Amino acid sequence: MASDQVTLLDLWASPFGMRVRLALAEKGVKYEYSEQDLVNKGALLLQMNPVHKKIPVLVHNGKPVCESLIIVQYIDEVWKDKAPFLPSDPYQRAQSRFWADFVDKKIYDFGRKIWTEKGEDQEAAKKGFIDSLKLLEGELGDKPYFGGETIGYVDIALVPFYTWFYAYETIGNFSIEAECPKLIGYCMRCLKKETVSKSLEDPKKVYDFVVMLRKKFGIE
Amino acid sequence: MKYSMAEEIKVFRSWSSRFALRIIWALKLKGLEFDTVYEDLTNKSPLLLQYNQIHKKVPVLVHNGKVICESLVILEYIDETWKQNPLLPEDPHQQANARFWAKFGDDKVLQSIWGGVFLKEGKEQEEGVAASMENLKYLEEEIRGKKFFGGETIGLADIALGWLAHYLDIFEEIVGVKLIDHEKFPSLAAWKQEFANAPIIRENWPDRDKLVTKYVAMREANLGKGTPK
Repeated sequence: MASDQVTLLDLWASPFGMRVRLALAEKGVKYEYSEQDLVNKGALLLQMNPVHKKIPVLVHNGKPVCESLIIVQYIDEVWKDKAPFLPSDPYQRAQSRFWADFVDKKIYDFGRKIWTEKGEDQEAAKKGFIDSLKLLEGELGDKPYFGGETIGYVDIALVPFYTWFYAYETIGNFSIEAECPKLIGYCMRCLKKETVSKSLEDPKKVYDFVVMLRKKFGIE
Repeated sequence: MKYSMAEEIKVFRSWSSRFALRIIWALKLKGLEFDTVYEDLTNKSPLLLQYNQIHKKVPVLVHNGKVICESLVILEYIDETWKQNPLLPEDPHQQANARFWAKFGDDKVLQSIWGGVFLKEGKEQEEGVAASMENLKYLEEEIRGKKFFGGETIGLADIALGWLAHYLDIFEEIVGVKLIDHEKFPSLAAWKQEFANAPIIRENWPDRDKLVTKYVAMREANLGKGTPK
């Protein structure tokens, strides 16, 4: 097989980008990481993602794949021989897809409102966020990972958001661990894996980034 | 006593839901027999609420007792379980492309047309129209030269975008705004015709007059509780 050319267009603090980094790490795929400037977007990004002009974008042998969960599924299908993310049974696959979609619909949106909103809107976001994490705790049950004994699709979808928890907690003035100790325990367990710890960013650095964004957007 | 278990497929839908319609299309395109449970979404059955505790919505697919929710998730399940008339291609990059356009349809096209145009008026609607046109341009480029988004046959993206081939005309008529114009979007307009008249699809559109009545009421209710102009 000819050597694959794999490039990831990304932004260091993006949890969506971290999903792809984690997926590539799990499969042991070598790739070139290309940090993008989202204020002055480069020609390559605009060419590879003309519709959304966003990261992450995976460029594999010159062909782009966009949207983080679509990229993760693509990686799973192309590099089939190692660490499958999705189970082989269609019903189990549907469950994994459902919960990854749940993370997209709930965790990101509520999380974003925690650091962009104030007052009642922020309180509502905090509640929605915690309620959603509790539903995820229920789904996790007694399993070490959502994927069972090994990291799977839902783990890849969710665990990068852990890096933003410190920012949510500090800005929202609440403790996620107090409400969802099981979920935090799960995140700690994931971080013990080298693929996870090397794909995820430092929460304190992410917090500084969020503070910078808030200043920039005039949210105080 | 030995017996063979027949496939038991049940779809929970409402008569008008464009999301549930995707499931009806997919099952019929695969030649599958199934039971339909019609839900009144103003008075949801205990069974629906039990099956879809998280979102409490239609569609829900129940296959031999296994419950699957979320229309795009259900479509992938159907395609993986019944291999005839595949909705997704084999090639991973083409699969990613199909998923991309299905997601673009829901995240951007549907949002801009429904939320930005249909449920709005005045200046807000003008902005919604502009945003919708931008989104439709991308669809136009993608469909150009192809019969369906899936190529020669109906695929995942066609099913996800299929509401454009019936519901959009109704929305356009109610608000008096033409979005998919033959001149501006010739390829997309051609796809609409092709899809709307395709076997199976053409036999399963909900009643047009009933839809008009329903959506007129929804628009009025939404505008009524809006902020003053």
